[in-house]
Amino acid sequence: MISEEVVDLSRLQFAITALYHFLFVPLTLGLSFILAIMESSYVMTGKQIYKDMTRFWGKLFGINFALGVTTGLTLEFQFGTNWAYYSHYVGDIFGVPLAIEGLVAFFLESTLIGLFFFGWDRLTRVQHLVCTWLLALASNLSALMILIANGWMQNPIGAEFNYETMRMEVSSFAEVIFNPVAQVKFVHTVAAGYCTGAMFVLGISAYYLLNRRDQAFAIRSFAIAAAFGFAGVMSVIVLGDESGYTAGEVQKVKLAAIEAEWETVEPPAAFTIFGLPDQEKMVTEHAIKVPWLLGLIGTRSIEHPIVGIKDILEANEQRIRDGMVAYGLLQKLKSGQQDDKTKAQFEHYKKDLGYGLLLKKYTDNVVDATEEQIHLAKKSTVPKVAPLFWAFRIMVASGFAMLLIFGIAFYASSTQKVMQYRWLLWAALYAIPLPWIACEMGWIVAEYGRQPWSIAEILPTHLSVSTRTSGDLYLSLAGFIGFYTLLFIVEMFLMFKYARLGPSALHTGRYYFEKIGGSA
Amino acid sequence: MTLDYETLKVIWWLFIGILFIGFAIMDGFDLGIGTLLPFIGKTDEERRVLLNVVGPTWEGNQVWFVTAGGALFAAWPQVYATAFSGFYFALLLILFALFFRPVGFDYRSKLPDPRWRNAWDWGLFIGGMVPALVFGIAFGNLLQGVPFHFDTDLRSYYTGSFWGLLNPFGILAGLVSLSMLIMQGGIYLQLKTEGVIAERCKKAIFWSGLIFLVLFLLAGLWVAYGVDGYRIVSMGKLDAAPNPLGKIVQTETGAWMDNYNYFGWLFMVPIMAIVMTLFTILLSRLDKPGLGFITSSLTVTGVILTAGLSMYPFILPSSSAPNSSLTIWDSSSSYMTLKALFWSTVVFLPIVIMYTSWVYRVLRGKVTVKKIRENTHTAY
Repeated sequence: MISEEVVDLSRLQFAITALYHFLFVPLTLGLSFILAIMESSYVMTGKQIYKDMTRFWGKLFGINFALGVTTGLTLEFQFGTNWAYYSHYVGDIFGVPLAIEGLVAFFLESTLIGLFFFGWDRLTRVQHLVCTWLLALASNLSALMILIANGWMQNPIGAEFNYETMRMEVSSFAEVIFNPVAQVKFVHTVAAGYCTGAMFVLGISAYYLLNRRDQAFAIRSFAIAAAFGFAGVMSVIVLGDESGYTAGEVQKVKLAAIEAEWETVEPPAAFTIFGLPDQEKMVTEHAIKVPWLLGLIGTRSIEHPIVGIKDILEANEQRIRDGMVAYGLLQKLKSGQQDDKTKAQFEHYKKDLGYGLLLKKYTDNVVDATEEQIHLAKKSTVPKVAPLFWAFRIMVASGFAMLLIFGIAFYASSTQKVMQYRWLLWAALYAIPLPWIACEMGWIVAEYGRQPWSIAEILPTHLSVSTRTSGDLYLSLAGFIGFYTLLFIVEMFLMFKYARLGPSALHTGRYYFEKIGGSA
Repeated sequence: MTLDYETLKVIWWLFIGILFIGFAIMDGFDLGIGTLLPFIGKTDEERRVLLNVVGPTWEGNQVWFVTAGGALFAAWPQVYATAFSGFYFALLLILFALFFRPVGFDYRSKLPDPRWRNAWDWGLFIGGMVPALVFGIAFGNLLQGVPFHFDTDLRSYYTGSFWGLLNPFGILAGLVSLSMLIMQGGIYLQLKTEGVIAERCKKAIFWSGLIFLVLFLLAGLWVAYGVDGYRIVSMGKLDAAPNPLGKIVQTETGAWMDNYNYFGWLFMVPIMAIVMTLFTILLSRLDKPGLGFITSSLTVTGVILTAGLSMYPFILPSSSAPNSSLTIWDSSSSYMTLKALFWSTVVFLPIVIMYTSWVYRVLRGKVTVKKIRENTHTAY
């Protein structure tokens, strides 16, 4: 049996390294487009200030990008180091978008980043602009590939289990690529990245405006960020990714869990704004509800019901029992009893094999599982509700707060009244952490909400780990935490230093600290 | 020749080989220059010259490693799973060492404090030297086989330890790799610099080249006469669905020479590696580092091919359960995946090579102390 401690530590290590990586990715996604917009303005108008903007925000982009690359390496290899059985079981499908991401997107992005910084004097204006746009497109293409891989974990279509090789194998790449979950996730994630990039530029520009320095520079940056951020936050909210929750069983479980929908109610379901979900009793206490809202956002209709957790659990019990049959048949096939009848039976039951594997957490001998073990496995098919319930609400609240700020900022900059709204500048400055909070919470909703599966309905998380000891895990975890903390301190130090310094960091002689002989 | 499953399995051996060779050539010189940083860059400005030789292009070079890793995952999932989880701490060591590079390059020259800069310089040295060494050690252990087995669910169990990797042959292979990449880094550095730095490069190339030759020959003799090689005695059809539990493997000292004994012309590959090293040393002396970079890259290619050809068709031999060894026949992805990856690679890899070449052309020319002084705020 696999040690629970190893499973928990492996999950913790993955969560820490992925959440950490995801501090840098959204800013890269958003800021790269903002740089491309600024540089386009430079090439079109020929005004030096837009070049300075591109170069200054590019400097901050570089500081962020360095850590994005550093921490991305970890993730590329962590599937192998810590999730070896997962890698074997689904590498045939999951590995493909990762390989193609390297080949098609990451190569382009990483090769051009050098030219972005060092190519100003070696390229024509248009050539450099093309590099910047390609850099932005490549980083977004990267995100598409990663989210195709992740979308497949949430809704694994286009693949079949092969008992000869004991793994999942692809049956249709078109289905994997055009997976509806992957598509909505992509739009939602990159739009969240645009909000992040925009809030970063908006907030730091607001800081310069509050200090009344480099106003021409800051007000232009503010305007671009406001417009880009407003478009981004509208996409995040309107396109959302709720629509993704209708595809795939586990996505439905996730939806029920984040909404703490214990019962299937007459549609359209009400949305619980606030409440205290109690998983043991399966009720939400002190709930404040808005009628119709959940049904509308969850199913985009007033007729389709949102399936409640209790009904999901009942359905899953049957699937676990079928999964036990599938597991028994698989053992026969493996032992060489490969007659047509066994094969046909296995074909019939194999879609529930994953549910049978859930029992592996409680017993090695899946086919003889006791009623109590089946009950435990059944309960495990719904993730812990409270963390999801809250993570989702924090994410949504951050999103609406950003909508408000970007909306007002957009209005203020189009009517040229930015300097009159000092409270808006303060709000923009202090709102800088909001997109990061939303992004991290979003990751938790998506990935914690996928539990107990690493691949929805196919491979339980606890079977996915490598056969390492908990001692190994403690050591590597300590290494990551130590190293990442150090890098974080260094990164924040440089980021704050250069953000405070502002465009004077370019040493052009045109900006605030250089004019008054300040501490540049 | 059609693209049947058997052919694709062989092609993917070649493609993974190409990706790793690409990594060793391109990121290899970055690692080599990282290793040379404290020895060739004596002053802060000289070190900045070295950093700016590597600075604009190292990120693209590192993607060879990322892509090779991704391709390994997609084309040989069981190899990726078993090797990476087995070599857990060795891989983490490489990873942690590589962490120094992005932040080292980007952050080092952003503050003038010499303590700050010295600290990152040591980080960059580690980021070059440690991966160059550990990659070689890992290769050396592949040649000897590593202790792992599978259960019937094909879950892999690795029974060795990190310290077990540091055996004499493993360390020898590590030093082969390190000296080879120092030569590769040296020759690129000579190409991109002038004056006293280029002169120091010549010295570094001479000594690293010489040491490499001796160690490479020693490793070759050791493989032929000392290391237990692996040989497939029987296995099912080569185009069967891959499952590593269906074959019989025996080990015997010298079995790694089977392919060379069968196809004598394969000896051309290690001979090429040796001759090209001599050329590299010579061309460096004659101030022809451009040609020297090509010959040095051929050395790198020859060394990786030499090991690959001697192991073929093995990828990851198991010393504790030889029958569980992973070979190109029984650890690949499904036919459909290999085929999709094949076409993606055939289309996109040439494009990658094209725009990478363009970027190097744009950035051509020597990096000098004078240029660093002129661009002190934008250079690394």
